[in-house]
Amino acid sequence: MIMKIVDVLICGLLLGGIYALIAVGLSLQYGVARVLNISHGELIMLGAFGTWSLYTFFDINPLISLVICGPVLFLAGFALHKTLFKSLLKSSGSIGAFEGSSLLACFGLLFIIQNIAITSWGADIKGYSYLSVPVNLGGAIFAANRLVTLAFAVGIGITFYLFLARTRLGKAIRAAAQDPAAAGLMGVNINHVLALCFGFGALMAGFAGVLLSMCYPVKATMGLEYTIIAIIVVVLGGLGSIPGSFIGGFILGIIGSIVSYIEPSLSLAAYYIIFILLLLVKPTGIMGK
Amino acid sequence: MNISTVLTKRSVVGGLVILILLIIFITLPLYAPAYTVILLTAIFMYIVLTVSWALFSGPTGYMSLAPAAFFGVGIYTAAILGMKLPLIVVIVCGGFFSFFLALLVGALTLRLRGIYFAIFTFGLVMLIAYLLLFWELHVTGTRGRFVIAVGHNTVYYIMYGNLVILLIVAVFVRRSKFGLALRSIGENEDAAAHTGVNVTLVKIVTFAISAFFIGTAGAVMATRWTYIDPFIAFNPLFSFMPVLMAIFGGTGQLWGPIIGAAIFAYLEEFLITRFPYYYMLIFGIILVIAILYMPKGLVGLIQKWRKGGGVV
Repeated sequence: MIMKIVDVLICGLLLGGIYALIAVGLSLQYGVARVLNISHGELIMLGAFGTWSLYTFFDINPLISLVICGPVLFLAGFALHKTLFKSLLKSSGSIGAFEGSSLLACFGLLFIIQNIAITSWGADIKGYSYLSVPVNLGGAIFAANRLVTLAFAVGIGITFYLFLARTRLGKAIRAAAQDPAAAGLMGVNINHVLALCFGFGALMAGFAGVLLSMCYPVKATMGLEYTIIAIIVVVLGGLGSIPGSFIGGFILGIIGSIVSYIEPSLSLAAYYIIFILLLLVKPTGIMGK
Repeated sequence: MNISTVLTKRSVVGGLVILILLIIFITLPLYAPAYTVILLTAIFMYIVLTVSWALFSGPTGYMSLAPAAFFGVGIYTAAILGMKLPLIVVIVCGGFFSFFLALLVGALTLRLRGIYFAIFTFGLVMLIAYLLLFWELHVTGTRGRFVIAVGHNTVYYIMYGNLVILLIVAVFVRRSKFGLALRSIGENEDAAAHTGVNVTLVKIVTFAISAFFIGTAGAVMATRWTYIDPFIAFNPLFSFMPVLMAIFGGTGQLWGPIIGAAIFAYLEEFLITRFPYYYMLIFGIILVIAILYMPKGLVGLIQKWRKGGGVV
């Protein structure tokens, strides 16, 4: 019995690492750039398909794909903000109006990216096997790729946290999150910082996609599910807080793995119920102010 | 020419145009081919969804992504009650179930402002779909249901009647004090509350009225589709489409959402038949372009053109 509980808990932690990484990206895009990027999951899907293609056609190690897919998506995100969202920001009168119109624009992006993926990779499920050797962890057996995924997710999260906390650019990003107007007056190039933030969000999505593709099947319509999980984790952990995203991610991962253990078809419904309760009880989240 | 004669002249012409349109649409099934009737039913459905959405979200600025939930409730009502009760009763029931769901959801969530409300309402759609799927797989042991089929002329007339009633309600809401209260909420909710508007009540009631018409539209459409399952009934597309159509048309005027829905519904039919694989792609591109270049929709574009004396 205890073995089973440990099993389910470790499973939840492994799942939670990925959830956290996805949520950090979204948190950055919404917390700083004020874009609720509903097409976030689509970027994850692109990362996953990119890795799959590189592995199947060019025999490139998925861990090397991290440094290929990540930067490509970073540039894509940066360019998107420099073009689309910058002009939306200019044309909308208030920040509320911008949030609404950018959300709709992201829905448009979702349809565009998803359908390009369907036409280029097909609608069926793809997958490959990498590091799927079993590892014995205190009696419970796990595939090595899932442990590698968790390690990378935590590593990327810590690196990014240190980047935000210790570097000059990180300080500018935090300032922009707190008060864009004041940050602008203090000499922060606000448009540039927002675009960088959006790019970093896409970078995280790309990393998450690469790591996901190592353990889970990949398909063109997988994005929305991850976007919704990311939104729930962000709300759970508190907007704009990286430790919050990790706490929220691990909580949701553990709950997800408990519910899936009891009844697999209800895990998404359980996420929604948590989300709805959370919005009603504490909309600012665990680490929120 | 003083203002009052201009107004009356305009309203007489407007009234005549509306009367002629009413008569054309009533007599249409007598001489038009079946395809036209079916296409018009679909267009009317989208107009109902869009105008209902804009009834609440237009003036208040709360972006609801719940239409698919109310639409699905209507569809499931038709599927469950369709065999047992007369059609009109089923459709009204579909409206009322949506109405009560909206009352409940509204009471729980209309405290949430901005983007959280949009996410919450979208989550609601998916939650209902997953719970229904679970129910069907584990309790009833089936997936999907059959809905009793009805002739397409009947479907057309009911959808048409639904649309006309909705438009009357929408005009009434716009012109009444109630509509003024709604707009004041959109402008500044705290100020509206201070001037004596019962903010919560106004929001919830409007949200529920808009849900009623979406629910009836769902119940009518279910009889045309004959087979449904949770992901057909609670398709998130029915949440996005009304938003897009209303924004494309512009929510500042009542005819904005109508025009937006009519154009898009026709465009959808056109794209699906000609480019079935690229339909959603083109749809996404139009969505992005519409938001970028016409933030106030067709209405805004036309008003700008009128003001600018022909120069856009």
